Amino acid sequence: MSWFKKAERGLRDFYVAPYRRVFARAKRDEEDLFMMLVLSEALGVPNPASGATLELLPEMLDRMHDWHIRQGLDRSPMDGMQCC
Amino acid sequence: MDAPNSLVLAVIGIAMMLAGYFLYSRFLSKKVYKLNAEFKTPAHQFEDGVDFVPTNRYILWGHHFTSVAGAAPIVGPAVAVIWGWLPAFLWVTLGTVFMAGMHDFGTLWASVRNKGKSMGALSGTYIGNRGRNLFLVVIFLLILMVLAAFAVVISNLLVAQPGAVIPTWGALVVAVLVGQAIYRFKWNLIAVTAVGVAALYGLILLGNAYPISLPEEGMLGLTPNAIWIILLFLYSGIASLLPVWVLLQPRDFINGVQLFIGLGIIYGAVLLATPTVVAPAVNDAVPADTPSIVPLLFVTIACGAISGFHGIVSSGTSSKQLNRETDARFVGYFGAVGEGLLALGAIIATTAGFQTVAQWREVYDSFSAGGVPVFVEGGANILNAGLGIPQGLAATILATMAILFAATTLDTATRLKRFVIQEIGQIAGVKIPTLAATVIAVVLAFALTFSQGADASGGMTLWPLFGTTNQLLAGLSLTILAVMLIRKGRPFLPVLLPAVFVLFMTIYAALVQLVDLFQAGDWLLFTIDVVIVVAATWVLLEAVIAMLAAWKGPKEPEDEESLTEDQKLSAP
Repeated sequence: MSWFKKAERGLRDFYVAPYRRVFARAKRDEEDLFMMLVLSEALGVPNPASGATLELLPEMLDRMHDWHIRQGLDRSPMDGMQCC
Repeated sequence: MDAPNSLVLAVIGIAMMLAGYFLYSRFLSKKVYKLNAEFKTPAHQFEDGVDFVPTNRYILWGHHFTSVAGAAPIVGPAVAVIWGWLPAFLWVTLGTVFMAGMHDFGTLWASVRNKGKSMGALSGTYIGNRGRNLFLVVIFLLILMVLAAFAVVISNLLVAQPGAVIPTWGALVVAVLVGQAIYRFKWNLIAVTAVGVAALYGLILLGNAYPISLPEEGMLGLTPNAIWIILLFLYSGIASLLPVWVLLQPRDFINGVQLFIGLGIIYGAVLLATPTVVAPAVNDAVPADTPSIVPLLFVTIACGAISGFHGIVSSGTSSKQLNRETDARFVGYFGAVGEGLLALGAIIATTAGFQTVAQWREVYDSFSAGGVPVFVEGGANILNAGLGIPQGLAATILATMAILFAATTLDTATRLKRFVIQEIGQIAGVKIPTLAATVIAVVLAFALTFSQGADASGGMTLWPLFGTTNQLLAGLSLTILAVMLIRKGRPFLPVLLPAVFVLFMTIYAALVQLVDLFQAGDWLLFTIDVVIVVAATWVLLEAVIAMLAAWKGPKEPEDEESLTEDQKLSAP
């Protein structure tokens, strides 16, 4: 690796690292919101895009457990989907 | 004693700190902390790409150093040289070698050995839950005082150096543009950095040409200082609510780069100008309102000699990124050396930046006269003599530099304060929304600042109290380290002796301040001080109990016996 590339990478680390945690948290909050959207119909909130979000449900299932724990729910709020 | 040359002072100081790094930190890493290159650090054990990331030690040192260094190592020495240059010089150099370096290095090590936990969590583990709650109280007060003290520092500078007004506020625009260039347009970082720094210096030139002063009689019945403080708090509240990539991240970055440039400029100028230290070694004619040197010197200069705040950084973020345990020596100890150098630069600027001792005495005519404006004035004289930068411009450069440091701390502290308030709400069972928590944080800091008078002129009375709180935190961290070492059956005096010294001076200073505040009828600060005294005494008791228990208890085995294959790194 040339010294220029090395310097660039070091500088980038210097820029990015102090805020990694803040970004990860922001990303997680965004995904939680998205999870709400996907599950909204099942939670009783009418969702005009449910046709599209229903397809995503299988994708989201494995993130379900962490999500409901984060929302302060000990058990999954969905009757048909129990993860724990 | 003949007046020494500042270059001699710089060389002796640097030599002492380097000797500290090469000799004393070596002793600490071999005999006391017994660093083990094989030990699997939390960065490897819990690697998650977010908090726990093994990081190159030079980069990590850069973060660590720029997180711990701010305006504080400038303010403290610039006030404390009122007792003469020698006490400040000795406290900064010996403090850095035997206390700050040992403390920063030690807290880093302690956290690495405890899964990267913070000092607050460690106090729970080693001296019990009461110790941990105490830790939260101290941190709460510390951040509150940082907000108030730094707002006063910045407003004083903006009034004293009107040339710095444009670069101070313009730097926000530069930071926002840098953030956009990096995240939106994905431009090359080296180029963006170069342009960003150049733009900052362009703003300094512009500000120097067009200084902006608020009308001296004030507006709306407020003095210029008060107006700046209100604007600063409004700004810091808004900044802490913005997404970090918009403003705080690029701002931190540019300031970090600027810190290295600033240190280079100051030491370069001293090297070329070699000004004489005109201030007396020990000032035997201090102004009437100056408090006694013992214990006040030891809390006036906190950052730059030993600072509890560093432990929060060491154990909060740096410990989770340490690649090898042996890197702790460089990152922790040398981080403290960097800060010591900044404090030494401040001592030189405020004692050698004047022509005669009479001129120096004219500036330091009362205890509250010292501080960053004097650093700017003296430093500008040296920059002028050494690098030929016109006096006014040099002052604007240094003022902008100091303001940017302080303002970054202000932003970060507002954010931290918000988290602490939300956490306290959680413990009390109330969910406090982000906006409300920010408003509470800003209003509290505001109230504390203006409790010192509507023009915030007495803001410097806050400084020693800030130092006291900061040192108390350091004392608490050191006692935790001592308990850890006693439990392991290692030499603990290198940690315990400084801990006793720091706690003694802290409590002594807090008591002296208690009497002063009582006589002045300053009930808000008096109450805060009472809390500090109670907290300090409490820590001491808890720590002594924990140490006695550790002394009598069985010793923990050393790495050779206890380290499992799982806790080892694969061959380096």
